[in-house]
Amino acid sequence: MLVTQGTFSYLPPLTDAQVKAQVQYALDNDWAMSVEFTDDPHPRNFLWDMWGLPMFDMRDPAAILLEVQRCRDAYPARYVRVNAYDRRLGRQTTALSFIVQRPKNETGFRLERQEGPDRQVRYTLHPYALDRGAGERYER
Amino acid sequence: MTQDPHIPFGMPRPPAPGFSASVPDAVAGNGLRAQEEAAPLPVSIDVEADARASGVFDVIEDLDRELVGLDPVKTRIREIAALLVVDMARRRFGLEAERPNLHMCFTGSPGTGKTTVAMRMATVLHRLGYLAKGHLVAVTRDELVGQYIGHTAPKTREVLKRAMGGVLFIDEAYYLHRQENERDYGQEAIEILLQVMENQRNDIVVILAGYRDRMDQFFSSNPGMGSRIAHHIDFPDYDLDSLVAIARIMLDRQRYTFANGAEPAFRELMSRRMTQPRFANARSVRNALERARLRQANRLVSDGRVVTRDDLMRIEAEDIYKSRWFTEAPGEQVLDGRTVPTG
Ligand SMILES: Nc1ncnc2c1ncn2[C@@H]1O[C@H](COP(=O)(O)OP(=O)(O)OP(=O)(O)O)[C@@H](O)[C@H]1O
Ligand SMILES: [Mg+2]
Repeated sequence: MLVTQGTFSYLPPLTDAQVKAQVQYALDNDWAMSVEFTDDPHPRNFLWDMWGLPMFDMRDPAAILLEVQRCRDAYPARYVRVNAYDRRLGRQTTALSFIVQRPKNETGFRLERQEGPDRQVRYTLHPYALDRGAGERYER
Repeated sequence: MTQDPHIPFGMPRPPAPGFSASVPDAVAGNGLRAQEEAAPLPVSIDVEADARASGVFDVIEDLDRELVGLDPVKTRIREIAALLVVDMARRRFGLEAERPNLHMCFTGSPGTGKTTVAMRMATVLHRLGYLAKGHLVAVTRDELVGQYIGHTAPKTREVLKRAMGGVLFIDEAYYLHRQENERDYGQEAIEILLQVMENQRNDIVVILAGYRDRMDQFFSSNPGMGSRIAHHIDFPDYDLDSLVAIARIMLDRQRYTFANGAEPAFRELMSRRMTQPRFANARSVRNALERARLRQANRLVSDGRVVTRDDLMRIEAEDIYKSRWFTEAPGEQVLDGRTVPTG
């Protein structure tokens, strides 16, 4: 299954040329860019690991793509995303956030049911990947 | 984002078959390429008109006008511009070739215009579409090399990233290599530079600058660096005529003129200055003119009479003859305010 998240969650994965065009758009807006990675695919997991510090004062998308590529090379089997932060007063939030790499075999989710009193059932999504230890969830 | 009024709110539907092929192009602003590929190849191209449209000739003409001498440098810039124009034309005929390697090395004494030319070069390469942004990031060893283990790589990479889309100008690049200390962190910076110069040739142009002999030494101990640099451009020292011509251009730009007799005086001043230590070509011209302006201002104020527009513009011969290069005793010279015996 294909895990989607963030700004372009409704689209198929972006190509590198498309990623570059988006990064250019963010730079044109004077947004600070950062790269993050994780191997916990849960849609509510927003605390990803930072790949280096956020990047300020960049002029060309090639600079951000350089870090994306370094992160991909270091973690070929994890999710990698690019964030753009708009620091302008009144916004001061993430303006753009999209996935630029996924593991090859995304194992998907199972539905868990928890029985409560009075025949109540609570449902929760459990990523299969979480059954393995952090760092080896998507090996192979 | 604008919403189509006919589509109700709700969860976006999963893409229909065939959807994925067309939409991402439009969304990511990539539709242009698809169009370009579809357009029929041209039959012939007016290379000259292309170059003119890019505005590159304006930059080169400015360069010709504002920089005195430097003929070999100007020739090389023209050649590089021609190469890129032809490369662009070839591309439009579908004759893909590897992008030319444009990393350069500028060698020459201080004040021969290396930094100035590097800045122009960035503009030329931008106008010709070789560089996306065309800015110049000038650094020295301090900005590339760290203080402790693990500090250098991020520092160098940070500088490289800032320079992406433009020119990275490394002044006195040979300081990156310390022959006497093989564990010097400079070597790490060199390795990262080499890697990016090779792999991201499309995104950055690196220009190294420094003295000729020390640069040669640097390349012989770092053959990898030497072989990645296609253009070695030597900046000759200026002769007396050029120095005076440079002075005229500088004065003109600041709306001053030499009065009668001031120009020969300046020529005399420069011929003395040239033989002295720490002569820095055009920069010495600039400094001498700064001091002449100072003395002119002093003269005008202490005269205590009304001044005309003409007075304010004119540098007199006496403003120049008061220079310390005429007044100091020949046995010692004052350099940058310090007295240095010259033996
Ligand atoms: N040919 C020239 N015509 C007019 N002005 C010049 C010329 N060459 C240099 N200059 C002027 O001289 C000054 C010094 O030039 P620049 O800083 O480019 O020298 P440089 O070679 O980089 O020196 P350094 O090696 O000390 O860094 C600048 O203000 C520049 O405009
Ligand atoms: Mg310089």
